[in-house]
Amino acid sequence: MDTPAAGADPTDRERLAENWTERPSLRSWLTTVDHKRIGRRYLVTAGFFFALAGISALLMRTQLANPGSDLLSPQQYNQLFTMHGTAMIFLFATPMLFGFGNFLVPLMIGSRDMAFPRLNAFGYWVFLFAGLFMWASLPFGAAPNGGWFAYVPLTSVQDSPGLHLDVYTLGLLFLGISTTAGAINFIVTALKMRAPGMSLNRMPLFVWAIVATAFMVIFALPALNVDNAMLFLDRRFGAGFFDPAAGGNVLLWQHLFWIFGHPDVYIIVMPGLGIVSAVLPAFTRRGVVGYPLVVLAIVAIAIISFGVWAHHMFAVGLPQVSYGFFSAASSIITIPSGIQIFAWLATMLLGRLVLRTPLLFVIGFIVTFVLGGVTGAMFALTAFDQQVTDSYFVVAHFHYVLVGGALFPILAGIYYWLPKITGRMYAERLGRWAFWLVFIGMHVTFFPMHLYGLFGMPRRVYTYPAGLDWDGWNLVSTVGAYVLAVGLLLVLVGVVHAVRRGRPAPPDPWGGDTLEWSTDSPPPAYNFPVIPRVHSLHPTWDARTAESTGPGATADRILSAGRRTPLTSELDGRYERPVEMPEASGKPLVLALTLLVLFTALLFAWYPVAAAAVAVVAGTVAGWLWPGRRAEART
Amino acid sequence: MSAELPAGRSTGWWGMVLFVTTEATLFACLLGSYFYLRFQNGPQWPPDGIANPALLRPLLMTAVLVPSSLPMIWAERGLRRGRLWRVRAGMATSMLLGLTFLGLQATEYAELLTEFTLTTNAYGSLFYVITGFHGLHVLIGATMIGWVLTATRGGLDARRHDRVRNVAIYWHFVDIVWLGILFTVYLSPWL
Ligand code: HEM
Ligand SMILES: [Cu+2]
Repeated sequence: MDTPAAGADPTDRERLAENWTERPSLRSWLTTVDHKRIGRRYLVTAGFFFALAGISALLMRTQLANPGSDLLSPQQYNQLFTMHGTAMIFLFATPMLFGFGNFLVPLMIGSRDMAFPRLNAFGYWVFLFAGLFMWASLPFGAAPNGGWFAYVPLTSVQDSPGLHLDVYTLGLLFLGISTTAGAINFIVTALKMRAPGMSLNRMPLFVWAIVATAFMVIFALPALNVDNAMLFLDRRFGAGFFDPAAGGNVLLWQHLFWIFGHPDVYIIVMPGLGIVSAVLPAFTRRGVVGYPLVVLAIVAIAIISFGVWAHHMFAVGLPQVSYGFFSAASSIITIPSGIQIFAWLATMLLGRLVLRTPLLFVIGFIVTFVLGGVTGAMFALTAFDQQVTDSYFVVAHFHYVLVGGALFPILAGIYYWLPKITGRMYAERLGRWAFWLVFIGMHVTFFPMHLYGLFGMPRRVYTYPAGLDWDGWNLVSTVGAYVLAVGLLLVLVGVVHAVRRGRPAPPDPWGGDTLEWSTDSPPPAYNFPVIPRVHSLHPTWDARTAESTGPGATADRILSAGRRTPLTSELDGRYERPVEMPEASGKPLVLALTLLVLFTALLFAWYPVAAAAVAVVAGTVAGWLWPGRRAEART
Repeated sequence: MSAELPAGRSTGWWGMVLFVTTEATLFACLLGSYFYLRFQNGPQWPPDGIANPALLRPLLMTAVLVPSSLPMIWAERGLRRGRLWRVRAGMATSMLLGLTFLGLQATEYAELLTEFTLTTNAYGSLFYVITGFHGLHVLIGATMIGWVLTATRGGLDARRHDRVRNVAIYWHFVDIVWLGILFTVYLSPWL
């Protein structure tokens, strides 16, 4: 097989283009399996859900601006904060980061696609439909209203009749299919599709972060799924899991929820940390200090995060010994987080800083995240936790962690990879304005929450009386929220401006160190004309990688016959064999739509329709996996 | 038909292993919930009015299901040697055993449902959800086997034996999980 050939000559490129490019048409739009298009869709769709959740937040802040306001009814307020929290966590943060992962992981590891491209398309459609499924309930006043962690007994059918919580349980079960599929896809892609020579210890930190996240999803999400399935059965069919009268237990909900929920904080933040590690080298002109330590920290966080769930439950009265254990675990997990922060600070100190917008957001992230971490460490003191639990102090804390730890890195990533994703440069001045408005707006919004939280203002109240030292500070928070919103709007303006008017981007505008910068902006459908050979941790700073794609590249890395990409060994990235990748297919969309029918039918208790949908699902899956004739002919 | 195996683990193998891992976690959460509710419930378990689970039938079900992994292994080995008939015979045997298991479970439900149901109490909810969910997995496994058996008429051979291997992994998983359920749901109340 390995006949030497001279780079990818024009005929190779032509064949590659022919095999991989999808002609623009409605059909290709619906059937594409290209990870770059799917990644972009994730980003846009998650951005859309972010906007909806943000508007909900602005409505809440407007209502809370002064005491005794009646802009929103209590029922509306309950639905808004529940949808805000639920959407921010499940429909924005994770999918947005999955969007970056989808676009970037194959490019960073030098592959032509994800391991399971059709599963990838399916995951996107499910995410889209599940998101719409949940949001669609809001205009009907039937949106979830039990808070994003939906504690029973408040969410039992006796205390919360109507569809609200059924939308929540079914929506999250539906969405879970997408998240699980995505996680499996990321792990297998990173394990098997890395370019030859990219041993695990040369895998970019961003990819490490995505893989660790995916493993957390694999082990954490089932707890949420079981929880939601039980709640649905309790509410709809009268099962007794959470019903004390039937020997059930309400705390079971909380345990299962937080077994998922605490790792989920890291599921959200971890890829953000990965983005930071990806952005820093380009703007400090050196690799992240202490790569092995950072990898260890990532792995350690992924493991320890499972040991801390009950710190969310100090206030419910657990056995005394468990306080000590969970308190300790909660404190220990700050160590690997600290390691990463010190690695970044060292990188910045030892490198030459180039202060562009992405780096500004990274710095904003470090400041905000550290502050959020400090208030988090305070909760590990059980006594303090019992004092402030369910006050606005908590709201302040987790927004510092989530806005700091997820939103800021996401914004850094948008500016950093925009040239790669769209092929256009953004306007720097606009970017800086956006940064300052977002940064200042964020702190003006959330810092005062610490104060009125300590003064005793509970969370999840739709209004409050005047004269409790809360009113002035609440107004400040609301003003901050509007500043933040303007900043975010400027981000959007910047992106649209870049796409419409931006100057065309060169392949590597920043001097980045990972493989995505070694191909065109935007990348061709086949990503790389020649699959590069990797010799070090910073392939694009390494002349040998460039050489490996030049004249003399072997045919087993050009693979222009068919849609092919090489498989390599899991640990050391040895070349194994080429695989044939699937073509565009309509089945992912059909399957996702059928699932939408299934979940809608379950919601409205149309069980015969649900049964029919299950049959269609089975048939579609069977057809999907049927051994194809075409691939056979080529292998 | 070539009997040569491609080098290295395939992406499909990893995909199935990870899928099974997350499914195993799901069962672990269910069984964890069982013990949690049991220990929150006080000494009387199963709660009043429900007898300890009878053991004869579940043991029989175990005797049917767990050995069904053996013909599966034999089938998979056969495919590696290029013997398609072994795939057909082995997998058909596994499927038959799996369906027998489901038949036994159906007779069990027919009896127990007169004693207690999903809504009787938390014990009933646990019992039917855990065993029912496992039964569903057996059914899915059997469907997968049926699918592979149909596909052997088309393009399966040793080089593309991924699908057989994946179905085998899933089937072994369903078998092993059953042991956890046997212990938790049927044996542990007797301890
Ligand atoms: C962008 C600006 C944001 C504003 C102005 C904002 C505002 C708020 C407010 C006022 C609440 C409290 C509602 C209440 O307790 O009465 C809240 C709750 C919450 N926020 Fe945000 N938020 C923002 C961004 C985010 C982001 C980026 C995330 C996560 C990634 C997030 C996650 C949550 C969660 C999980 C809750 C709890 C909901 C519940 O109590 O069930 N927020 N937010
Ligand atoms: Cu936590």
